[in-house]
Amino acid sequence: MLKMTHLAKVYRTEVVETYALRDFNIDVKEGEFVAVTGPSGSGKTTFLTIAGLLETFTGGQYHLDGVEVSQLDDNARSRIRNEKIGFIFQAFNLIPDLNVFDNVEVPLRYRGMKAAERKQRIMDALERVGLASRAKHYPAELSGGQQQRVAIARALAGSPRLLLADEPTGNLDTQMARGVMELLEEIHREGATIVMVTHDPELAARAQRNVHVIDGQVVDLAEEPRFHAHAHVAHS
Amino acid sequence: MFGYYVELALRSLRRSRALTALMVLAVALGIGASMTTLTVLHVLSGDPLPGRSGSVFMPRLDPRDLDGYDASAALPTQVTWADGMNLLRAGRAHRQALMVGGATAVQSDDASLDPFFVPARFTTADFFPMFGVPFRYGNAWSNGDDEGRARVAVISDALNDRLFHGGDSVGRTLHIDGVDLRIVGVLAPWRVVPHFYDLSTGDYATTEQVYVPLRTARDLRLKRNGGVECWGSGSADEDGMETASCVWLQFWVQLDDAGAVAAYRTFLDGYVHEQVARGRFLRPARSELPDVMQYLDERRVVPGDVRLQVWLALGFFVVCLVNTVGLMLAKFMRRAGEVGVRRAMGASRRSIFLQLLTEAVAIGVAGGVGGLLVALAGLALVRQQPSAAAHLAHLDATMLATTFAVSIAATALAGVVPAWRACRIPPALQLKSQ
Repeated sequence: MLKMTHLAKVYRTEVVETYALRDFNIDVKEGEFVAVTGPSGSGKTTFLTIAGLLETFTGGQYHLDGVEVSQLDDNARSRIRNEKIGFIFQAFNLIPDLNVFDNVEVPLRYRGMKAAERKQRIMDALERVGLASRAKHYPAELSGGQQQRVAIARALAGSPRLLLADEPTGNLDTQMARGVMELLEEIHREGATIVMVTHDPELAARAQRNVHVIDGQVVDLAEEPRFHAHAHVAHS
Repeated sequence: MFGYYVELALRSLRRSRALTALMVLAVALGIGASMTTLTVLHVLSGDPLPGRSGSVFMPRLDPRDLDGYDASAALPTQVTWADGMNLLRAGRAHRQALMVGGATAVQSDDASLDPFFVPARFTTADFFPMFGVPFRYGNAWSNGDDEGRARVAVISDALNDRLFHGGDSVGRTLHIDGVDLRIVGVLAPWRVVPHFYDLSTGDYATTEQVYVPLRTARDLRLKRNGGVECWGSGSADEDGMETASCVWLQFWVQLDDAGAVAAYRTFLDGYVHEQVARGRFLRPARSELPDVMQYLDERRVVPGDVRLQVWLALGFFVVCLVNTVGLMLAKFMRRAGEVGVRRAMGASRRSIFLQLLTEAVAIGVAGGVGGLLVALAGLALVRQQPSAAAHLAHLDATMLATTFAVSIAATALAGVVPAWRACRIPPALQLKSQ
């Protein structure tokens, strides 16, 4: 589903080159639930934004659902994002001026879907996260946990094959975090591929397998701190 | 998607009402000032004969003596009686009309109505078909009536309303300056702006209310009006105008194609050379044949300060637009987070660009409506001015459409840079920093 080979991401200024990712290798199979862990600044989020085609990379290869994405133009990348990828962010990233219904509708609008089908999908997604009754509420009127559920509904509405979650419980208290995590597990059981970035070992332990990132590279936890030139995946 | 963009634009404009109002006000003031001055320019410099002005020409020649001769000076815009009659009788154009302005006292059969003066035009018959003058009742008189000095007249719609309450007055009698003329035609409302065929009575003079055959008017000694230029022993004595060394008549011809124009130039040139050879014309042979718009351009009919005002207003509009660009840029960049989210959800840069450009156009539409109100108020103020042309300052359909087109085009243009900048925001950066 998602395969990166010798991937590199370099930020260049006039005087310095900074490697956010270096010789980064990962292979996520269809239907897997992978947790990407690592300390702050290790490159987890950079990996996720590249995986979500929100950022380009400097070297290496990235195949998403069998398609090499490095040569795709903005329209093609946007279409893939819209049809195949769902995002869940730590800060929810709901649009404050849109109500719950309209927030969930955003990805469907860019798919050119008919109004009736959009409505059906939105209500199905909101039912699933238990917020159908809040469709007319605005984000500011919801709790953090509810906002994250709306964000999950938004990600699910387009029936993406890959869910990318960046610290999805980072802004939530323990009880709300547990609820969101249970929802993700349920979505995974129904067949979705999920890649979740987290630095919470408890959450990571609930994924099928963990990938640890340090200094922009995937490392084998068993052999840490010695880094491998090629990445190994640590199974939980 | 366009419907969605409009929906988002309206939602965004409603959200930041103060900023929106500021942008709409800036566009409205700029558009309003520009359209006010452009309307005045448009009215004053418009084509007085739409669709015809390119085929109506003024033959110009120089019968004056050598006193004060300047080879570079403009030729007279009027002709002598002798030249006018010679050119008229030559009949080399499809249509030709010789004319002069006048002023007549009209007496009504209605005793309660005191006699009153109205502007008149004494002309030959082709005046009406050549200038496309519309008739409500009856017709123009004929060339035979010209030759036969017929006691006939055509009156304006306004005079017909005043004397005959708007009824069909063809065949009735018009009493002017103590003589009776049979009315053969009543014009439909008609006004030429500028009053191109006789600028000596005023660039924006009102259209005449009584039309009488030229020879008839001369026979009846109806009161002539307009500019006269004499030389040598010539004098503007009414009894000797037909033989005087004075130019005082306007002569216009209709030439329908390039071949006819070229042939007429040759004829006119030949006529002038012949007059020089005969010793009638003392100055070197020279003739011109400008069409209506060329003539108006040469005469600089539009006051210079009107053009200056247009440039000042356009400059003001540019300043307003620059401010609008700044406000839009601030507004769009403040929504970087939303742009990042939309990009993550599958919006392409193009989608974001079009969404924001639609918002700019929505401001343009609102600015156009505001600009229209400002322009209407501005034109109402212009009409209060004492200038002869001030009362003409009205917004017509063309300028109304132009107001909206300019407003939308200008704000769309102003929105290009802010929308482009916003759609280039790296989404990853925004989503990380939320």
